[in-house]
Amino acid sequence: MMKELRLMKGNEAIAEGAIRAGADGYFGYPITPQSEVMEYLMAEQPEKRTGMVVLQAESELAAINMVYGAAGTGKRVMTSSSSPGISLMQEGISYCAGSELPCLIVNVVRGGPGLGTIQPSQADYFQSTKGGGHGDYRLPVLAPASVQEMFDFVFLGFDLAFKYRNPVLILSDGLIGQMMEKVELCEQRPRNAEFDPGWTITGRTPDREHNIITSLDLDSARQERHNQHLQEKYGKIQADEVRFEELSTEDAEYLFVAYGSSARICQKAMQLAREKGIKLGLLRPITLWPFPAKPLAALAPRIKGILCVEQSAGQMIEDVRLSVGSGTRVEHFGRMGGMIPSPEEVLENFEKFFIRK
Amino acid sequence: MDIKDIIKPENLVYQKSSLLTDKIFSYCPGCGHGTAHRIIMEVIEEMGIVADTIGVASVGCSVLAYDFMNVDMTGAAHGRAPAVATGIKRCWPDKFVFTYQGDGDLAAIGTAETIHACNRGENITIFFINNGIYGMTGGQMAPTTLEGMKTSTSPYGRVLSTMGHPIRMTELVAHLPGVYYATRQSVHSPRNVRRAKKAVRAAFEVQKEKKGLSLVEIVSNCNSGWKLEPVKANEWMEQNMFPFYPLGDIKVDGKLVVNQ
Repeated sequence: MMKELRLMKGNEAIAEGAIRAGADGYFGYPITPQSEVMEYLMAEQPEKRTGMVVLQAESELAAINMVYGAAGTGKRVMTSSSSPGISLMQEGISYCAGSELPCLIVNVVRGGPGLGTIQPSQADYFQSTKGGGHGDYRLPVLAPASVQEMFDFVFLGFDLAFKYRNPVLILSDGLIGQMMEKVELCEQRPRNAEFDPGWTITGRTPDREHNIITSLDLDSARQERHNQHLQEKYGKIQADEVRFEELSTEDAEYLFVAYGSSARICQKAMQLAREKGIKLGLLRPITLWPFPAKPLAALAPRIKGILCVEQSAGQMIEDVRLSVGSGTRVEHFGRMGGMIPSPEEVLENFEKFFIRK
Repeated sequence: MDIKDIIKPENLVYQKSSLLTDKIFSYCPGCGHGTAHRIIMEVIEEMGIVADTIGVASVGCSVLAYDFMNVDMTGAAHGRAPAVATGIKRCWPDKFVFTYQGDGDLAAIGTAETIHACNRGENITIFFINNGIYGMTGGQMAPTTLEGMKTSTSPYGRVLSTMGHPIRMTELVAHLPGVYYATRQSVHSPRNVRRAKKAVRAAFEVQKEKKGLSLVEIVSNCNSGWKLEPVKANEWMEQNMFPFYPLGDIKVDGKLVVNQ
C-alpha cells in the first residue's frame, strides 16, 4: 500500500491524529496558537467520518469537565489548549488524575506569565511535569519535536492513558503547532467499542453494583491508601515508560539536552559544532515525565559539559542536574517571552560556557 | 395476630426504592435532600431506565449523593456538573443523564456551566435543590439567600446594596430557547412530594423525547443552616422562601407559563 503523505501544520496533525486514533470526543475552547485543532476538526466533520463528537465549550473549565464526564464512561476523549487555558484546566486535570480517568490533553505552549504572548515558549515545563493542579499526582508528558510526532503522539497518548487509567499530556509549543511538515498518516483505528464494567459508568446493569467515579474520600486512611495506589502506579510508569532519543552521543564530549522545538534547533547547532570539530551530542527527552534520568546519568561520566537549551528561564535543567549529580557541569541557555534562539546563537552560547576559557 | 401475620406481600403498601442503597443518609434530620433523592430514584425505577441512566453529583451537602443513589454516577468539581453531564450526554445521546446540584453549586460557582448547558439545549435533566444557603460549609450566604437573611457570612442579614440580590436561576434560564421544561417544586408536605415527583417524571420524559434541557428546582429547607427546628424551618420556608421563589411550572413544552 502506498504511504499516505500530507503537508500539515502541527495543530492540524493533532486533529487528524485524534480522528484516526479513534477518538470519541473532543471538547475545546479557542486560544492562540492552537485554534487550528478545533477549526480543523469542525471543518473535517468527524461525526460523519467516524462518529466522533466535537464540541466548542464555553470555557476551558467547561471543556476539561466535559472530558472528565465522558472519560468516566470509558470513551476516548481529549481537549487541547495553550498555556493560559491549560492553567484554567488544572482543576479538572487534578480531578481526572484523582479519579483515574484516561484522557488526553494537548498544550501548545505560548509565553507567559499571565496573558504573556501568543509566540512559542517552553515555560510550562514545571506545571506539566511537577503536578500543575493541587494534590500529589503526575501525568505522563510527551514532547513532540516534529509535526509527525504531533500525529503519532495522539495514538501513544491515548494508549498510555488507557494502559494506566491516567490523564496524559502532550506538551508541544507554538512553533511545533504552527509549522508545516510532511506527515505520514496511518490507517483509521476503530473507536472504543468495549467499556470496562469494572469502573466505567455506562448505566448499572443487574449483574453488577453501581460504579462511581470520584476523587473524594472523606475517610483519611482510605484516602491515603488511594494516594499510595496512585504513587505505585506512577512508579510503574517511571519504570516502564521512559522515552528519549540520542543523537551523536557515541563519541560526544559535550551534550545538549533539549526537548520539542529546542531539540530541533539544537540538532542544527550540533551540526554546526561538528563542522568546527567540536564533538557535541544531543539527548532529547521524549517523555518529560517520566524524565530519562538513567540514560542521562549513564552518559554523564564521559561528558565534559551539558548545555540545557529551553525556551524558558531554565526549568528542565533542574531534572538534568538531579539526574547527573554534581560531577558534570550543567549550564542553561534559553530565550523567553516568545523569542526563539537561532542555532548560531545556541552554539555561540555553548562555546562561551565550555570552549572559550 | 403477631408481626409475622402482618408482614405479608399482600399487606405491602409502600417500600423503599431498590435504587436507594442501604447507606445511612448523611443529611440532617428534617432536610429535604432525602425525599428529593427518593422521588428521583422512584421515577427512574418506574420508568425502567436504570441501565441507561448516568447521574452527576456536585459539591455541597449532596456531594455523596452517589453513595445513596444506586445508579452509575460520577462526582463533579464544584459547579461543573452541567459540563460533566454534557460530556457524557454528547458521547451517549441515548442515555438518561441528570445532575443533582445545590444553589451554591448551580447559581454561584457554576453559573457559566449552567447557563451554557441550558443555552445549548443539552438533552439532560438538572435537579436544583435551593435552600438559600451553603449548608455543607456551615451556613454561609448563597446567591439565593433572601434579603435580610442571617447567615455566617451575612451575620447582620443580607444587605442588597453591598451583597447583591438573591437570584432566581430557574426563571433566568427558562428564557433560553434550549430549555424545554422548567419548574419549581418543594418536598415539605405529602401533596408537594406528589407534585414534585410528577415534575421529576415530566423532566425525564422530556429527555426521553430528546426535546432539550429540563430543570426541576426544589425549594428546600436547611434547618441546621437556618438554625430552626425542622417543622419551624418548613413554616419559615412557606412564609419567606415561597413568596420569593413561587412554586409551580415556569416553562412547559418550550413555552413560558410564568413571565417574571
